[in-house]
Amino acid sequence: MALTNEHIKERLQQQFGEQVSEWEEHYGLLTFKAPAEMNLKVMQFLYDDEELRFRFLTDLTGIHYPNRASEELCVVYHLHNMIDNIRLRMKIYVPVSKPDVFTATQLYAGANWMERETYDFFGIQFIGHPNLKRILNVDEMDYFPMRKEYPLEDSTRIDKDDEMFGRGEL
Amino acid sequence: MVEIPEGYSGEGFHATSFDKVVGLARKNSLWPLPFATSCCGIEFMATMGANYDLARFGSERMGFTPRQCDMLLVAGTIAKKMGPILREVYLQMSEPRWVVAIGACASSGGIFDSYSVLQGIDQVIPVDVYVPGCPPRPEAILDGILKLQDLVQHESLRRRNSPRYKDLLSSYGIQ
Repeated sequence: MALTNEHIKERLQQQFGEQVSEWEEHYGLLTFKAPAEMNLKVMQFLYDDEELRFRFLTDLTGIHYPNRASEELCVVYHLHNMIDNIRLRMKIYVPVSKPDVFTATQLYAGANWMERETYDFFGIQFIGHPNLKRILNVDEMDYFPMRKEYPLEDSTRIDKDDEMFGRGEL
Repeated sequence: MVEIPEGYSGEGFHATSFDKVVGLARKNSLWPLPFATSCCGIEFMATMGANYDLARFGSERMGFTPRQCDMLLVAGTIAKKMGPILREVYLQMSEPRWVVAIGACASSGGIFDSYSVLQGIDQVIPVDVYVPGCPPRPEAILDGILKLQDLVQHESLRRRNSPRYKDLLSSYGIQ
């Protein structure tokens, strides 16, 4: 029997009960939310299970939802079962004041650079990561540029010559 | 062919001042070092190619080592992370050296008013000629190089030793 989204959902609910929630299916891609401290347990289950076999991490990134109180930052995992060619999306949420997430590098070696990128742009601290430092931006950067917490035009910037860009005092 | 500089001529000789001869020689044998990162680089490739033929102006071949070149052509967006590398390339060129910023990005950051993009290469190295355009056509790049040739020809031989030039370099933290 081919693996279906309904069956995956059933198996996950069997295993984790009410802890996995917010089920959605956008364009047939099964999406759910897991508690942040359970991310490795859920992924390990998805990896080890003889039926589910989600053994490839396609993508890992962050999202900032400034309006979700005390769970502003989201980490999204795209997992792929290469044998049955089924994908799923797992989201975990952490507060922006303490953005700590367990690293997935022990399970998926490919998570290494993707977690560095997510740290670089969203400031998510991946606990246990072997080398958590910026990967794309300059090392001296002291902010996380993809967070939705900056005004569109920052009047304090000094790296633009305002006079030449029409932003100077009129 | 170049025009004979002003001077005294007679049968079998021509006497003129040294800086005119040096300026003429430098002007007509600029060695370009292309530092191309994006679409302006493609336009520059067309400029080098047979249709526009940069070689007509004395820049026969690109040098891909800064140590042999005297004209740095920065074509394209320079990210902040690329800034120190560009600076290193500039530092490895020997004097006299000239810099052309090709296109809006190299000149000012262009449309990339962004956290990751250097807002003009003149934040890290001094620039002699700016070529506007996004990207500039090969004619514009040629025009920029002709403008630079003009600067090169009329540059005083003592300019690179002048306090003003040293101030310029030290304002970039060089030397």
